[in-house]
Amino acid sequence: MVIEPQNSLFELHLKDVWRYRDLLWLLVKRDFVSFYKQTILGPLWFFIQPLFTTIIFTFIFGNLAGLSTDGLPQPLFYMAGITAWNYFADCLTKTSTVFRDNANIFGKVYFPRLIMPLSIVVSNLVRFAVQMILFFMMIAYYGLTGADFHMNVYILLFPVLVLLMALLGLGLGLIITAMTTKYRDLAFLITFGVQLMMYATTVIYPLSAAPEQYKWLIELNPMTGIIEAFRYGFLGEGELTMNTLGYSVIITIVSVIIGVVIFNKTEKTFVDTV
Amino acid sequence: MSNTAIKVENLSKIYRLGEIGTGTMSRDMERWFKTKILKQEDPFLKIGETNDRANRGESDIVYSLRDINFEINQGDAVGIIGRNGAGKSTLLKILSRVTTPTTGRINIKGRVASLLEVGTGFHPELTGRENIYLNGAILGMRKREIDRKLDEIIDFSGVERYIDTPVKRYSSGMYVRLAFAVAAHLESEILIVDEVLAVGDAEFQKKCLGKMGEVSKGEGRTVLFVSHNMGSILQLTNKSLILESGRNHQNLISTIDAVKQYQLNAIRLDRKRDELKYYRRKNVDFNIEIRKLSINGNSSDIIKLKSGEDVTIGLDLFSKISRSSIEVLIIIFNSNGEIISTLNSNDQNFQKPIFPGNNNIQFTIENNNLSSGNYFGQIAITQDSVSLSYDFLMDVPLFEITSIVTSTNWNDRPNGHLIFDKVKWK
Repeated sequence: MVIEPQNSLFELHLKDVWRYRDLLWLLVKRDFVSFYKQTILGPLWFFIQPLFTTIIFTFIFGNLAGLSTDGLPQPLFYMAGITAWNYFADCLTKTSTVFRDNANIFGKVYFPRLIMPLSIVVSNLVRFAVQMILFFMMIAYYGLTGADFHMNVYILLFPVLVLLMALLGLGLGLIITAMTTKYRDLAFLITFGVQLMMYATTVIYPLSAAPEQYKWLIELNPMTGIIEAFRYGFLGEGELTMNTLGYSVIITIVSVIIGVVIFNKTEKTFVDTV
Repeated sequence: MSNTAIKVENLSKIYRLGEIGTGTMSRDMERWFKTKILKQEDPFLKIGETNDRANRGESDIVYSLRDINFEINQGDAVGIIGRNGAGKSTLLKILSRVTTPTTGRINIKGRVASLLEVGTGFHPELTGRENIYLNGAILGMRKREIDRKLDEIIDFSGVERYIDTPVKRYSSGMYVRLAFAVAAHLESEILIVDEVLAVGDAEFQKKCLGKMGEVSKGEGRTVLFVSHNMGSILQLTNKSLILESGRNHQNLISTIDAVKQYQLNAIRLDRKRDELKYYRRKNVDFNIEIRKLSINGNSSDIIKLKSGEDVTIGLDLFSKISRSSIEVLIIIFNSNGEIISTLNSNDQNFQKPIFPGNNNIQFTIENNNLSSGNYFGQIAITQDSVSLSYDFLMDVPLFEITSIVTSTNWNDRPNGHLIFDKVKWK
């Protein structure tokens, strides 16, 4: 093994990452176990947050503001948006602080740094899976009571959509965490930035209800294509086009590549700047 | 050449002092422009100077390491010796890939396990067993490997009864034991150990030192070891590297010579005791600070004493906090770095409350039985010996014993320690 100062930008040590895969699983397990230790409700907490958000959204945006839900039952419409959005948002916010949160460990021992953000994405996947159960229970309930929605073959896109959300959150998060080691301001931006982004995508309203002159702005948000496809597959409403989804795929790939490269560059010196 | 485990060539590391943030962008741009576009030498490398904390540098760029060259053979146990700020920790950090060098090249043959801290990544909510897995994996072990060694690790740690209890309920001693047990069972060709054994009780420390010795001698593994304790350096290593202000003036030499040389150079008799900050260790929290250290009432000179006389050591402490009692730990060693005696205020159940403001603690060694020579001390003020030090002074010159009245019976020293017959704490 050779240690040298300026490594090439694209030397990513992916082989090392693979060698440390056990660490990834143990970190995921740690996140999961430590989440519900010393709580009464344990993993039930995964349900509570999306459930209450859905109830509040239904009340405020559905009943008070009277926003359209494309004819879908309101709770179902919001739940779909929230579940998908939450996964992306959790991946993004948690990875965006990975250097700061782990400065102590990173300063003491070497392991491929990429393991940390990857473990965050996988941990959140567990949480996402639990929330999907809630979503399925809701679908079953509305299906039995004969509500108007049509699950269709595009549901097969689901694994792809999950991967896209994970990678998009990861990529953007990596870019932000790499930059926050030097410029702390971004850390403050991210918390409300994610909230703002939620309103600029189709979580609380369908794309079809967006005012024509702002539609391009909403479509600019790479999550729009993903959430629309997600809703279309499960509920049969939403605008799934090659263009919107293709755009999301391209943005995702670009952000992951940029993210991994600058994360990798930062990890080598960040111990000295944090 | 074939059995070289680590080869370091022209290694340098620079740090910029002061705030990082303002002006960084423009400097980054300038540096990037000059080095990458104009292919010039790094403009910020040139104005560096050696890292000597005693002299204030003119530029804000400091060489933590400068042109380090050395080679370590497979199976060697190597100590790294140097004052505070000499670059020992930086060197270990670079070798363990936590940070990268600014210039230079290192060739390493084999897997490196580094132990810059015990218990890295321990999660307080997880049980001892779960933390063994987590910590092991962080240190680079595969799960299968840990499975295989689990029983051995638990056995070595001696916390078998509590292995399924969350570690947040552990005492600090148990915590350290468990953490070291994991690290001690790493399988790697090269083991890098920073001063992590400063914590833990004496019995366990001995066990760890034994295990480390076994690692280097028994299994043909290469060990790099940093400690301020010359006793453990002598005990554990056969060769040593001396770092002085970020440079090494010679390749590895035998530890015995290195310790002698270090003590001769680094512990200067001409230095007085009135500037205590010169001896202070970096990571103290300063809630209680040693302001003055006096020997028989003299707080600056190295006084000459005769064997058999009384020695009174007085500590003027300035405290920001109030404590019902504190622990004062003093290690006295001779100019060869051999530990002569260890004095601990807890041994005699000495308790004295500390109040915010000035405090004074003193103790008298009645008719000392030291042989002639110069004596130095390490002085630590702590709450209990495992936690962070309030203050910690290293290598402070204490006194010189000029003549022996009665010949000391060296055979009376269990573990090489001299027990003073009468010590009175006040």
